[in-house]
Amino acid sequence: MGCGVTKNSEFNKRFDKDGNAIPAAITMKAAVLIQRWYRKSAARMEMRRRYTWNIFQSMEYADLQDQIKLYNFLGYLMDNFTPSSSERKLISHIFRENEVCRDAEWERYFSYTNIDVPDIYSGPRLTFPLDMDQAADLLEAFKNKQQLHSRYVLQLLLETWKLLRVLPNINRVSTCHSKEITICGDLHGQLEDLLLIFYKNGMPSMEKPYVFNGDYVDRGKDSIEVLLILFAFLLVYPGDVYLNRGNHEDHIINLRYGFTKEVLSKYKLHGKRILKLLQKIFSWLPLVTVIDQRVLIVHGGISDTTDLSLIARVDRHRYVSALRPPKRKTPSRANVYADSERYDEMLICKNRRGSLTFPKTFGARESFQRRSLQDFSSTVARTLEQELEVRHRQAEFSLSSFSKSHRILSSTLSSDSEPESSEFADTSNDEWKQILDLLWSDPMSHSGCIPNEVRGGGCYWGPDVTEDFLNRHNLQLIIRSHECKQDGYEFCHNRKVLTLFSASNYYEVGSNRGAFVRLGPDLVPYFVQYQATSTTRGLSFPQSVKRTEHTALKVLREQLFVHKSDLLSAFQEIDKENTGLICLTDWASAIERVLHLDLPWQVLHPQLVSSTTDGKLDYHRWFRDLALKKPSSEHIEQSMLETLYRHRSTLETIFRIVDTDNSGFITFEDFRQTLKLLSAYLKMEISDEVINELVISTDTNNDGSIDIDEFMEAFRLVDKSRLERGKSLLKLKQDNQSLPQETETPQTVDSTFPQTSQCPALQTADPPASNTADSASSQTAIPPASQTADPPGSHTEDSSASQTEDLCHISLVVPPQ
Amino acid sequence: MFVKFIEIHNFLLSENIITETQKRISNAFDVFDHESNKTVDVREIGTIIRSLGCFPSEADLHDIIAELEEEEPTGFVRYEKFLPTMTKILLERKFRPITEDLLLQAFEVLDQQKKGHLEPEELTKYLTQEGEPFTQEEMDEMLSAAVDPDKNVILYRDFVSMMTFDDTR
Repeated sequence: MGCGVTKNSEFNKRFDKDGNAIPAAITMKAAVLIQRWYRKSAARMEMRRRYTWNIFQSMEYADLQDQIKLYNFLGYLMDNFTPSSSERKLISHIFRENEVCRDAEWERYFSYTNIDVPDIYSGPRLTFPLDMDQAADLLEAFKNKQQLHSRYVLQLLLETWKLLRVLPNINRVSTCHSKEITICGDLHGQLEDLLLIFYKNGMPSMEKPYVFNGDYVDRGKDSIEVLLILFAFLLVYPGDVYLNRGNHEDHIINLRYGFTKEVLSKYKLHGKRILKLLQKIFSWLPLVTVIDQRVLIVHGGISDTTDLSLIARVDRHRYVSALRPPKRKTPSRANVYADSERYDEMLICKNRRGSLTFPKTFGARESFQRRSLQDFSSTVARTLEQELEVRHRQAEFSLSSFSKSHRILSSTLSSDSEPESSEFADTSNDEWKQILDLLWSDPMSHSGCIPNEVRGGGCYWGPDVTEDFLNRHNLQLIIRSHECKQDGYEFCHNRKVLTLFSASNYYEVGSNRGAFVRLGPDLVPYFVQYQATSTTRGLSFPQSVKRTEHTALKVLREQLFVHKSDLLSAFQEIDKENTGLICLTDWASAIERVLHLDLPWQVLHPQLVSSTTDGKLDYHRWFRDLALKKPSSEHIEQSMLETLYRHRSTLETIFRIVDTDNSGFITFEDFRQTLKLLSAYLKMEISDEVINELVISTDTNNDGSIDIDEFMEAFRLVDKSRLERGKSLLKLKQDNQSLPQETETPQTVDSTFPQTSQCPALQTADPPASNTADSASSQTAIPPASQTADPPGSHTEDSSASQTEDLCHISLVVPPQ
Repeated sequence: MFVKFIEIHNFLLSENIITETQKRISNAFDVFDHESNKTVDVREIGTIIRSLGCFPSEADLHDIIAELEEEEPTGFVRYEKFLPTMTKILLERKFRPITEDLLLQAFEVLDQQKKGHLEPEELTKYLTQEGEPFTQEEMDEMLSAAVDPDKNVILYRDFVSMMTFDDTR
């Protein structure tokens, strides 16, 4: 086989430095050498590009998993309250929409007429009905980084809403008159890409129809601008611009992925109303588009039960968020009305089950099975059952089929036979699943159709499902988006499914191209790829790979850093003799056990590990090296720093959810309720007094409410100085208010505070006894719930407690009085 | 007895090497295993092998792929087949690496007038006509990384050091 490599000496022998003619054979050998070397380098480069991609995708999915856990917690919030409890108010407050049914009321709420536009405002002043020039002006204004005044935003959105309401669920488009239709995928708030598309392809018009396939918002920084442009063109050319709904057109998703934040910060005064209006608009976006009755365009995909005739009939606006059950219809019978609240909540409980919890099945992404999603679901399901039993006795509804309720953990949502609601529940569950599938599914290469556990909604569907679906509906191609692709687009399922992604540089500058596709009457796709950002134009392929890799590795190092405690335990488990050294194979498997990212650690290790001795890694030193790359925060203890980094998004999302009016503040009462629920969820027993203290102490600026910074602080381990501040604050309050007697509290605390073994995450300090010794002073000692000086490695976890795994790592700060 | 001991020792040592090697192969394979079902597209085999530090010629590669494919070619290569073949290749160190010196000498051979640089056309001619010819795509890719944008020539010394510097073992 291999002909080997010529030795140096051979080369030297024939190499003529005096410029004599060199035999052709040498030239050939030289060429071969260079070719081989280059091909090897290119392969290495490709390898790096691939695993960089894998890193980003894994992180994205890992984040989704966190999101799922959050939703499970929220689900718990919804399910676990008793009718008499006051928590119920908070929950319905959080999860109920303002059921203002009459349109007139809505119009009043969203009225823009009393909003004045100051003379100094230099942005576009829109007049309705909009025309092409105004749309072009709007585009120009956004290009110049101007912001549209909230009055016009509201007006534009209202007009959009009015238009969307009369559109069908299925847009039907035709390529007659030799029109080419342009189709775009995910934009994710990347205005530059939209501008680039219009630049390359022309703006929408009667001669240039466009279909936009969802995910206009979140992640990118110009989501609202992207949305406004698309809506403007929709209003100007309602017969030539088609918008599909994506899974990010969903206010609960927006809470986490940045759109809510963006709107609130850009529109401080009217942001709330804008968001509320957008909630309605999103629910009114059509679900799919069909071209020439041959090509289906949908954001996510299909499942084996997708049925377009059913889709055509649903009341799509009832499905405001994929993660919440459908809004109930107004009850027809008067006597039911009185119990409607309770009825509603029960419905919510039942219907919610099916959305996020799926049974543990085999699947393409095997590794994600190890996540405790299943544990979550079974925990919550049990509680649901208990809760419902209680309510059964109280409510006198016939709950014969409720034993089935926790078996709603199957891909088809079963019907619950509630007497008043049997039909309603049935069809709405089916419909809900249909919509989830459309917006959340991903294709896979195996045959069949399995629930999409990674995303928590929709399915993975195989080529056989595609074939069947296309035949049944007499279609020839499915165009979908939802997944980022290196080259902006990718075919699969025998070229019957096309994934189209229009947000370039999605993960990082240079990470991927965006693409759009044109379809003429022959329905043969013509692709255009692009990459926004001027900086990438100068980069060669190796350079852009390097850059993207750099970012991916940085992100990965961060993840390793925030999991230090767990990793350390894992290493020490292997390194029983405590040598401080571990071989690479063990290093790799330990990391995989802790992080579950399914990455090729052996391939990555040169990038993550600076040096090894005899193939062994000094892991303490390695952690120190990792830490060096982080910003230092001396006040914050390691494990809490980890917690903070790990849970920042989740905590922020919780805050935003509790802050229903999007004011940026939550009331003491809401915070108190949230803490109570959180502690119940985490199976921590904390007395009301302790919670009260916590609430008061969290309000560090003493303005009577809690803003997001204070909220985050509450979940952080305090540094000593803050502890002192808390102490003195409380002392102040103690002097001013009457608080429970000192002598009573130690006993209460003793009995209610859990031992470390029960809830490992709640790292209790020294046992209460030692603290009571301090109570000689006027302050009662309540042991801090969080531990400042926890010895490393004691942060061990029981796998049985893993259902509360990640959320449990939040420690509550209870400063001693 | 002593000899036996050494044999056993060598055997154990080699076992270790084999395991580490196999881990490397498995990891590299996984990067390209998109469906996580222990198969890769046959067209990626060259990339995988090269990324593991081997330099088979195109001819060699053809032979390897022929060995790896199923009786009825599916377009995919299974890990079960890939692992033993690749292990053998790596352990036998069939394809040794190319040093930087050798590489530079190769460029110098092509640089007949000893200018210290190469014109894009020159390099293109050599690499697309001689030896194991590059495809147009490969040539374009190389040129985009190799050509100095200001001078429009290939400063091969710089190019080689840039490429070999990044290349982590």
